[in-house]
Amino acid sequence: MSTTALPRRIAVRANGWDFAQLLLNLLTVAAMAALMWAALVYAKPATNLAGTEQTAQRIFYLHMGCNIGALAAFLMSLIGSIVYLITRNLDWDRVTQASIEVGTICGIGTTLTGAIWAKPTWNTYWTWDPRLTTVTITLLIYVAYLLFRNGIDNRQTRARFGNIYAMFAFLTVPMTYYSARWFRTIHPVVFNGNNPDAQGGFNLGSTMNQTLWVSTISFCLLFSALMIMRWRQLRLEDRIEAVREELE
Amino acid sequence: MDQHCAVYMPKLINCKMTNISLPTDPIAATPTPSPLAMGTVQMRTGGGAAAYLRKVWAIASKDLRAELRAKEIFSTMATFSVLAVIIFGLAFDLRVQRSAMVVPGVLWVVILYTGILGLNRSFGAEVDRGSLSALLLAPVDRSAIYFGKVLANLVFLLAAELITLPAILVIFNTNLFQTWVLVGLLLGTLGYVSVGTLFAALAASARARESLLPILLLPVMLPVFMAGLKLTAITVDGRGMEELQRWVGILAAYDLIFLTIAFLVFDMLWEET
Repeated sequence: MSTTALPRRIAVRANGWDFAQLLLNLLTVAAMAALMWAALVYAKPATNLAGTEQTAQRIFYLHMGCNIGALAAFLMSLIGSIVYLITRNLDWDRVTQASIEVGTICGIGTTLTGAIWAKPTWNTYWTWDPRLTTVTITLLIYVAYLLFRNGIDNRQTRARFGNIYAMFAFLTVPMTYYSARWFRTIHPVVFNGNNPDAQGGFNLGSTMNQTLWVSTISFCLLFSALMIMRWRQLRLEDRIEAVREELE
Repeated sequence: MDQHCAVYMPKLINCKMTNISLPTDPIAATPTPSPLAMGTVQMRTGGGAAAYLRKVWAIASKDLRAELRAKEIFSTMATFSVLAVIIFGLAFDLRVQRSAMVVPGVLWVVILYTGILGLNRSFGAEVDRGSLSALLLAPVDRSAIYFGKVLANLVFLLAAELITLPAILVIFNTNLFQTWVLVGLLLGTLGYVSVGTLFAALAASARARESLLPILLLPVMLPVFMAGLKLTAITVDGRGMEELQRWVGILAAYDLIFLTIAFLVFDMLWEET
């Protein structure tokens, strides 16, 4: 290998964006650590529960946080797909893909923490509750999106079809939710709920409320950090692909 | 809409399916340029609703005629649905006391999977025969192609359901020929096919499209599935009229939403970049 094969050295130098990213990542780590402390230590135990149920209740802060992360991610994916379909700028396609990947992970987190929590509380890991159904189906839809993307070779077609599917997928989520809700339900409606059949509805005390806020903020940070990292990675991937094609 | 024709004109040369002869010598064509050579094929956009419906029917009747001759879609769907009903019958035979309890589920699961078979062929056959570009060249609005395909798929699936219902009657001893079950079937099938046709078109250009379509389509179709299931269950149980009408309304609303979105999006599918 002579030096002429690579005429100039490719300098890897961190720029301002890398430092901003690093800052965001560190902030996220700090926020998640604060959340762990708040959820496990700071928040007062639920007064209406006892024993295992009382301990298990603390998973709620993670459960809700993951849920909010997933919600933010899928909303972002909807924005990404609509803006892509209007502007045809591949950056927005990357926004869609990055959000859906992060959202899928958050959604899996929601489902797992929910199942772990449901076992001591509802005495079953799984029930056909509208929220559970909706989250699971949403996850399956977005996994299908990721599989579908992999199956299309042309970059532009992949972006267009992926975004059409992602938009459609998001719009069916409320329909799935309401269908399942009218089907039957036992999950407590946390906010503004009015459901006499719900098992284990609750009011939040002030420390619990604060912890919930910490959870919301730190998971939003986590989502942004992961999403932006993945977005930049996808950008680089496309650039590498373009450079490789140029070389051939 | 008009630019579609202009965009696809260069493709005419490669297209073996159309019997349009293009002048190969550019000089020969110059004095009195034929409209074709100049790329001035006019899309017939006028004519109002009746003309539009005729175009939709032209696309649908093409599919139906091809099916009458080749008999590859409907026969597979009908056979599969009967087979699936028999398999479900065997599966539930030992443990289920009253077969009427599982009938709604069996019916809708069979419909979902039978539908996949037909939808896969809807655009898959066009791709296999290489006639997709010919179809897209048709001087009609893209939405007419969409609605034509929806209509053809609707006919195939409804015909397959007409085979499924007697099979269920025999195997599960439950008569599903009741007004509200049939209404539910009609509305549910329409919603299913309207999204299914769009996704079949999406999946047609992907690798492994046959196995991809169910993964894409089934989770999105869950609302329609649940509504149809509930409607059938209420009818079989002979419960209240009020709840029944509510589910018919929900199904109709879903159909409307799905048809509208699919119609809006379908135009974006085939633009070349």
